[in-house]
Amino acid sequence: MTHRIVILGAGTGGTIMANRLRKTYAESEASITVVDRDDRHIYQPGLLFVPFGLTHPEDIVRPRKRQIHKGIDYHQSEIDRVDVEADRVHLTDGTTLDYDVLIVASGTDLLPQETEGLTGPGWMEKVFTFYTLEGAAALEAALTRFDGGRIVVNFIDLPIKCPIAPLEFVFMTDWYFHERGIRDRVDITYVTPLDGAFTKPIAAQSLGDLMAEKHIELVTEFNTGEVDGEGGRLVSYDEREVPFDLAVIVPLHGGASFVERSPALGDDLGFVPTDPHTLQSTVKPNIFAIGDATNIPTSKAGSVTHFEAEILQDNVRRFLAGEPLEGEYDGHANCFIETGFKKALLIDFNYDTEPLEGHFPAQVGMPLLKESRLNHLGKLMFQWFYWHSLLPGRDIPGIRPDMTMAGKHRPGE
Amino acid sequence: MSTKTLAGTPVDVNDEGFFEKPEQWTEEMATEMAEEEGIDDLTPQHWQVIHFMRKEYDEKGTGPTVRVLGKSSGVSVKELYQLFPKGPAKVAARIAGIPKPRGCV
Repeated sequence: MTHRIVILGAGTGGTIMANRLRKTYAESEASITVVDRDDRHIYQPGLLFVPFGLTHPEDIVRPRKRQIHKGIDYHQSEIDRVDVEADRVHLTDGTTLDYDVLIVASGTDLLPQETEGLTGPGWMEKVFTFYTLEGAAALEAALTRFDGGRIVVNFIDLPIKCPIAPLEFVFMTDWYFHERGIRDRVDITYVTPLDGAFTKPIAAQSLGDLMAEKHIELVTEFNTGEVDGEGGRLVSYDEREVPFDLAVIVPLHGGASFVERSPALGDDLGFVPTDPHTLQSTVKPNIFAIGDATNIPTSKAGSVTHFEAEILQDNVRRFLAGEPLEGEYDGHANCFIETGFKKALLIDFNYDTEPLEGHFPAQVGMPLLKESRLNHLGKLMFQWFYWHSLLPGRDIPGIRPDMTMAGKHRPGE
Repeated sequence: MSTKTLAGTPVDVNDEGFFEKPEQWTEEMATEMAEEEGIDDLTPQHWQVIHFMRKEYDEKGTGPTVRVLGKSSGVSVKELYQLFPKGPAKVAARIAGIPKPRGCV
């Protein structure tokens, strides 16, 4: 019998899974269908660089279909809903797809309309987001015109994609205005709902110190209730205010809208309840999820998706063969943090181990939690690996899906 | 971790006053802790939030964020801040006797 595998989403997770599973199964053994609403695959880490003119929208977009290998059906349509009971997906173009295994890889949607005032007067004029291609491009124009005043950077609430990106944005802003020679005329403020610069204590300390060194003001425990574009202020639910001339906002995130339209598929925020180790959904055994679409307690980031893919490939094969799922994802994430001036930090962590100092991938390697040029080069080179190694489903030599303690040390060790 | 006496019974709490063992909690303790937080009278709306927090913790193993509270507890985020002015997620979690909600990364 031919297995029917349907993958919803042709972003990082959907593309990797389709290409990997095509290697697992011959075409006579399994059909693989991938669905996405458009044909625009964005290299999302590149969005950070667009506002500073370091890359351009056309350099970070490729057709989705071209990243998907031969022998995989690519179907372009909006998804209407999943009928969990019937093992069937309904597309808005009228097509129905029956499946033996469903992989939800539909990522996360931005929900700017859920924050009062955010898409009101001033949106895309002095209130921007760099989390979309259009927003990042509009922000480039606005930064070019900016010649002094208050810039605030704020993410409304977790979860967000790449939780480190708003911090990178403030570091890059500091560098950008240094380069333009007007840093002294620009106030930069980072406004966060967290109680520190980052969620994990050791990294929060390092990053907080770096912000102080760069004269970036930190406002913590600020839960934005309203963005007043006209009046130029963020207002928190407990009635504090932060004034701005230019605001860079990361809107609330939720799961893809079809998840909410599919009874029992998602949680309150539209993410698929997923076992954090096997990546099987808790909704139904034949539904799996990967990347930003899951509710698992780790970063919504490409590195997470990449590490998950190897585990999920094995578990899907086991499931279809009627074997117990043995693949165990450990929450491994690995992120470069661009800090401006051609330097970057690197962090590597999992469910149990917070980001530590040391070197990656082992004693000899890139420095962890320390600024270095090598990390910056690593970050730039990564785009090549993304298109040519990650998406095709190849393993990167020397990088394993599970985190290793080699090269890491805890404070005081 | 330290021990604190609430409603005449010793309970285990962490440095920030969050319960380590939610099963030690009783409703009388909630009333006493609310007073410590400056909330003199727990209204039916307060209790709605407290019971929702405990239910979420039982089902998911972590307390809800303000956003989930606003979406699913039946009390809007604005009202939540009126009920628990010092921050709904943390203060309500403390009063409801559940561990500090995990911020995910």
